[in-house]
Amino acid sequence: MSTTTADTAGTGTAERAPLPWRTLWDNVVQAALSLVLALVVGGALLLVSGRDPIAAYRSLYYGAFGTTDRFTETLVKATPLLLVAVSVSICFRAQVWNIGAEGQMILGAIFSTWVALHVKGLPPLLHLVLAFLAGALGGLLWSLIAGVLKAYLQANEVITTSMLNYIAVYLLAYLVRGPMMDPQGFNFPQSPLIPEELELPRLIARTRLNVAFLVALAAVLLALVFWRSTWGRRTEIVGASRRVAAHVGLNVPRTILLATALSGALTGIAGWGEIFGLHFRLIEEITRGFGTLGIVVALLGGLNPIGMTIAAFFFAALVVGGNAMERNANVPFALVDVIQGCVILLVLSRAYLFKRSSS
Amino acid sequence: MITVEMRGITKRFPGVLANDHVDLDLYAGEVHGLLGENGAGKTTLMNILFGLYQPDEGEIRVRGEPVTIHSPADAIALGIGMVHQHFKLVPPFTVTENIILGLGGWGFIDLAAAQREIAAVAAQYGLDVDPTARVQTLSVGVQQRVEILSSLYRGAEVLILDEPTAVLTPQEAESLAITLRRMAEMDKTIVFISHKLEEVLRVTDRVTVLRAGRVVYTSMTRDTDKATLAREMIGHELTSLERAKVLALAGDEDAVLSGTTGASAATNNAPNLIEVRDLHVRDDRDLPAVRGISFQVHGGEILGIAGVDGNGQRELVEAITRVRPIQSGQVFIAGEDATHWKARDFIRHNAAYISDDRHRDGLIFNFDLSRNVTLKVFDQQPFARAGLLNFPAIVRFARDLIARFDVRAPGPHIPAGKLSGGNQQKLVVAREFSQNPRVIVANKPTRGLDIGAAAYVHEKLLEERARGVAILLVSSDLDEVLLLSDRVLVMFNGQSMGVLRRGEADPQTLGLMMAGTPLTALRVQEKVS
Repeated sequence: MSTTTADTAGTGTAERAPLPWRTLWDNVVQAALSLVLALVVGGALLLVSGRDPIAAYRSLYYGAFGTTDRFTETLVKATPLLLVAVSVSICFRAQVWNIGAEGQMILGAIFSTWVALHVKGLPPLLHLVLAFLAGALGGLLWSLIAGVLKAYLQANEVITTSMLNYIAVYLLAYLVRGPMMDPQGFNFPQSPLIPEELELPRLIARTRLNVAFLVALAAVLLALVFWRSTWGRRTEIVGASRRVAAHVGLNVPRTILLATALSGALTGIAGWGEIFGLHFRLIEEITRGFGTLGIVVALLGGLNPIGMTIAAFFFAALVVGGNAMERNANVPFALVDVIQGCVILLVLSRAYLFKRSSS
Repeated sequence: MITVEMRGITKRFPGVLANDHVDLDLYAGEVHGLLGENGAGKTTLMNILFGLYQPDEGEIRVRGEPVTIHSPADAIALGIGMVHQHFKLVPPFTVTENIILGLGGWGFIDLAAAQREIAAVAAQYGLDVDPTARVQTLSVGVQQRVEILSSLYRGAEVLILDEPTAVLTPQEAESLAITLRRMAEMDKTIVFISHKLEEVLRVTDRVTVLRAGRVVYTSMTRDTDKATLAREMIGHELTSLERAKVLALAGDEDAVLSGTTGASAATNNAPNLIEVRDLHVRDDRDLPAVRGISFQVHGGEILGIAGVDGNGQRELVEAITRVRPIQSGQVFIAGEDATHWKARDFIRHNAAYISDDRHRDGLIFNFDLSRNVTLKVFDQQPFARAGLLNFPAIVRFARDLIARFDVRAPGPHIPAGKLSGGNQQKLVVAREFSQNPRVIVANKPTRGLDIGAAAYVHEKLLEERARGVAILLVSSDLDEVLLLSDRVLVMFNGQSMGVLRRGEADPQTLGLMMAGTPLTALRVQEKVS
């Protein structure tokens, strides 16, 4: 048969951008549908438990967007989610299932805090930049352990990165109780405060919104440029097929290493942002599960930088609004977990359907 | 006596009309050839008879009774068996174990009794099979006999064979033909699916030609000839190369050899562009696959590598193109020692590679055409500047290649997976030939293509040869090797059985060499006799 079975959709003469915008749009529609469905499920649960779903959702909405204070808090929560999602998306597109964002974030936090506390005599700006780079380096080294094992020994990265997460958690617990513990901290498991001049400037006075948010947006821009670069194309090819990549002369292990390194650096920066923008000291709950939630954000956003920005914002709103809902409408925060869970399930089943139709 | 009547069978797949009101009668005691190009609907029609697909329209009668065949189990119950191109055998099991597999029954298996019965059936049809042998130790030809035996043991009166000779040496094919004749004499009905004219004429009693899902021709085999069948199969004006191919198939090889395909540009002083010295390569299981091969390919020359699949051809090609490590020996590309190159170096030295598996090695199916045609060049000028991709240049390049290489696609932005197989292959050819290579390594470049698309690829190869390119062409299709090659090296079990020049290479000699007889031994025999 010489006739092609190609459909004629998408045959415009316009030059195609490197990112699949049509797919992005499909994703947005599907994600929105998932969200609506999840809210319906959550609403049904509220009804069953004898609460008013409208009031609950109203307080959730108000909690996330109601005032400048609440809205900036949503952006604050979106910051690490966005950084982790962008990081994870680079690995995922290379078919490296890096789920080690928690650990990489912790290492980024440890490295950058150490530089803040122990490097002396630098001008503040330089000191801050050095701490930033140390954070990136911490995340990079941690993910590179899994990257090297993957690239050269074909070790399953899902296992290595999740094991490295445990190591990072206990390393942090040890450090804040031992070598890095605050001597004046009444035995709380935390490090001393970083020098005040290293705290990230606030974008809006009397809110917690700080420069780290801009860094997260810069990471989105970086991702947009990355997928238009030869480096991004190499990553994509290696992700699509290791065999084809080898046949067209690409260095597959090196591409995997570069993707994991870049990814780890971005996650390390997320850890840096949490310390220098919010907590100003190393604490045990530094990641607050954002490393894991960031992976969900990446998947929900279809690994597309714009999609992930929307998804990060949405999840942040859900977390911030959920807290407010718990306080104001007397609805347990667990409802937020239910809604999150529903969204994740729906998105994952959609990814499965999508995969089937494209293979 | 009519055993099977298929009336008005229609089967649609998304975007394809695979069978269009097909009528087919099968008689007891006949070998019925089902002939057609790839995609003509032969296999679909037989899969319907075997219950793998349900027809959208039409009716099937078996021995006069209208039947609905929901599954292969139904088909087997009606006495219909099918041997697929890919055998469905469990390698570590014995022949007997494979044959009784899935037959059902309760409680214990009487293996000895089954073995006796199977041996009896084998003897009845002259099938030389040892029921106690493990399948993994059997050659492809014998495995096929096991499949046939399995169908007969299950009581098949109608036996469908889908391209049975594709995997066989000429000698094995000959022995299959004898078996089929014997089965026909015992009043079985045999359906012989093929796209090879010669063997259809030799083996069958009656022949039906399918084209684009329709029956276009039916005749007693003795009343027809190659030219007629070829015309019916292709159904449009032949290009000169296709005509040459058809003539070659019709046995008029002089027409092919005397210039229809253009004289080789190779002369003795043409540069030696591909050279392999005492090459040893291992396969994926780390077993020796290429065992000491040496040859040279000069500019303007096509060296054909003939052989039955799995005799080290793929490993040889992958070692030369540097995607597989070399155990020992040397490879030279354009005079440079390439033994320690990486795939990237091979590509950078203006060498093209067409893999035998475009799906696995050549294309990324969910990438669009513009990404696929630039897989090897996207990081070079003008497709990349300062590390950033230049999308307009990439798309322009893709449009140009699509037009130049006649890839039938609505545009450069559709995924490669949405193209037909022939157009996918054209896409690979377009990418590989677009950089004006000096060296081409092509492993089965026309695998799975219909005659039209295959002829196109052949034309392109001949054009490149005329430009002075050195071409290594691996193929298990003898017609292709004979049609294109200036010299033919026959590979068996990882070794060279000898090199034949154009004109010396006749199917009989090639067949013996492909089965493992070195050319030197053949020459000695000739002298003796």
